[in-house]
Amino acid sequence: MPTVRIPSVLRKHTDGAAKVTAAGGNVGEVLRAVTADHPGLEEQLFDGDSVRGFINVYVDDEDIRYVSGLDTPVERDSEVALMPAVAGGDG
Amino acid sequence: MEPAPGVDVPYLLDRGTWDRLVAHARSDFPYEVCGLLGRRPDGTLAHFPIDNADRSVTTYAMEPKQLLKAMREIEDEGYELAIYHSHTHTRAEPSATDIRLAAYPEATYLIVTLQDRDHPDVRAFHILDGAVTERPVVVTDQQVA
Repeated sequence: MPTVRIPSVLRKHTDGAAKVTAAGGNVGEVLRAVTADHPGLEEQLFDGDSVRGFINVYVDDEDIRYVSGLDTPVERDSEVALMPAVAGGDG
Repeated sequence: MEPAPGVDVPYLLDRGTWDRLVAHARSDFPYEVCGLLGRRPDGTLAHFPIDNADRSVTTYAMEPKQLLKAMREIEDEGYELAIYHSHTHTRAEPSATDIRLAAYPEATYLIVTLQDRDHPDVRAFHILDGAVTERPVVVTDQQVA
């Protein structure tokens, strides 16, 4: 099953687990399976049907925004990584 | 609210790393630069410069693939995380946007300012749920062993 890497700031929703497994053939299915198992992540990850803009999502190190978004295929041995963006600025 | 862990503990920055942060900030002036530091168990610092995907005078956003690579190494090795960026025209204090977008409560946020280009400065902060607490920066002459 694909592995999902949970950033430290969200681990309070996964009982402290840094990695969880979740079934699915694409990123959307995997993330929905994760939020079904860990409902506290739902609001953190999703804004309606979309992943929140400040959460970077990668499949095997590729940013899904440059692949096929939530339709990006996930293999059984893939790692899906979630990582809050690091950004800022004046104003 | 409980203070963030380590707020009262100085952030030790060896002179070499301080110089590298300032050199990085100067390297793309007037654009903001950014990156990560990871403190190893022996106290020394690993430096991960990361491209500013915004390449902006007033904003930064770490290039996502470089961010993942660096953050994975820092997490997997158990290093203490610090997140830095430069301000090229303002003081070394978190802006409203810096505070709003701060998503790593465990991190120390370092800001390098080149507002006075002859006297660069580096300051450190914890940002937790919108509350900013400064952590004193102590520059050491050599890598802490």
